[in-house]
Amino acid sequence: MSKLDDKLFSNRYKSYKETHLFVTDSDKCLDCKDKPCTYVCPAAVYEWSDQENKILTAYEGCVECGTCRYACTFKVIDWQNPKGGYGIQYKFG
Amino acid sequence: MEKFDAIVVGAGPAGLSAAYTLADNGLDVIVIERGDYPGAKNVMGGILYSEPTSQIFPDFWKEAPLERPIIEENYWLLTEGSVTKVGHRNEKFGEAPYNAFSVFRAHFDKWMGEEVKKKGGLVICETVVEDIIQKDGKVIGVSTGRTEGDIYANVVIVAEGVNSMLTQKALKMQKMNMKEDQLAVAVKEVIYLNEEKIEDRFALEKGFGATIEVIGDATKGMVGTAFIYTNKESISIGTGALMSQMIEKKISPNDLLEAFKSNPMVRPLIQGGETKEYAGHMIPEGGYNAMPKLYGNGVLVVGDSAQMVNGFHREGSNMAMISGKLAAETIVEASGKGDFSEKGLASYQSKLEESFIIKDLKKYKNASEYFDHNTELFSLYPELASDAMYNFFKVDGTPKKEMQKKMMREIFAKRSKTSLAKDMYNFWRVLV
Repeated sequence: MSKLDDKLFSNRYKSYKETHLFVTDSDKCLDCKDKPCTYVCPAAVYEWSDQENKILTAYEGCVECGTCRYACTFKVIDWQNPKGGYGIQYKFG
Repeated sequence: MEKFDAIVVGAGPAGLSAAYTLADNGLDVIVIERGDYPGAKNVMGGILYSEPTSQIFPDFWKEAPLERPIIEENYWLLTEGSVTKVGHRNEKFGEAPYNAFSVFRAHFDKWMGEEVKKKGGLVICETVVEDIIQKDGKVIGVSTGRTEGDIYANVVIVAEGVNSMLTQKALKMQKMNMKEDQLAVAVKEVIYLNEEKIEDRFALEKGFGATIEVIGDATKGMVGTAFIYTNKESISIGTGALMSQMIEKKISPNDLLEAFKSNPMVRPLIQGGETKEYAGHMIPEGGYNAMPKLYGNGVLVVGDSAQMVNGFHREGSNMAMISGKLAAETIVEASGKGDFSEKGLASYQSKLEESFIIKDLKKYKNASEYFDHNTELFSLYPELASDAMYNFFKVDGTPKKEMQKKMMREIFAKRSKTSLAKDMYNFWRVLV
């Protein structure tokens, strides 16, 4: 387990059954050279899958900063607030 | 149909300060919060200022959940293997009314929520405001994700934080896509250590606290800062830098924080501690130039949603709280006249302009953009300070006159006299 996984494990989450993060046009990711979402997200939610040829999102670990929405080169990440009462619940904040 | 005098979207420092002031003036107010409790979605480095807070909650330090009163503030210029420090400790900071406290938003905001309830305000959690209800060009309420979840009011205060999607999408008061150099990405860990260790490591009397703000290697030369704050039984440690530079340098926020934690100047302060939480947050750095329209028909925007952050002075929550208070006072006046139109709420803008908020944001309005293109303050200058101080303190038989010449020679080798003079002029221009 990586250090980041350990850190995310220390957080309190109430995971909803559905994602709140959407790549609205995954064709754009094919043209995206640097794929900033894969490294600029503090929780490493976004990962490029060679197998599926698209971005996969581990939305359960999202710390809800909203960086991805702005950092996406083609602005195709639709970041929404998780359903009320779900997602990260900061103990300290 | 439920109708309130005012709806506040978001239980953060801005929203709760607004709600408290409204309830205190006898208005019917409802706060709608998406987290489990006020503070569940809120993140800050951790320093709360006493004077602005007590404008809304007098003598708050007697009952609010606080970590440590801050009696010492430090700046560090960090390189990979050295640090140059400047700081100030003052006994006056340790006495009421104090200057600042380390706090946890999740604890402090929960307390503010209770204070709002005590004054008769309603605080509804676990509820997302999905849209703003508008009729004939006027904001008349909000719709939530709940069934029959439409709520109506004379006026809506948008205190949704840095992810200002309602301000952008529903209200169109702000551009949809802010630029990546107008936002910083910050991450923070809360690391547990016992009280005695904290007081020993920071040379503190029992119960008191210290802060360290760090530039240089902490952000690998990117425009940004790192921080170390003492809490009662933990250390808050974090790093943040402009998103544009993180993207360009392909640096992940967590790697940046890990590098900072393992810097030999930092490591001894946190060693043996256990991480209890890892948070990520965006900081609006666009300042005055990125501010949205602040008021409209039946609506006011406060706090981070309105880009009210002074990055160079580590101030944001104070601006949030005071903007919330000023928004509430505007609504109290508007209620007296029964006019919640754009014109009726226009005095919010003038109140902000008369306050430190817009004055300070204006003063630093070109800073972020300047430093995004001129990173020397964060990259080169910590190195220059290190070289100079190393030569100054090193005793190796070199006569002092020669030492001073060597010091200057080394500085000029890294930055020409003309460039140094230009830098000083520009730092002066954007910061003073």
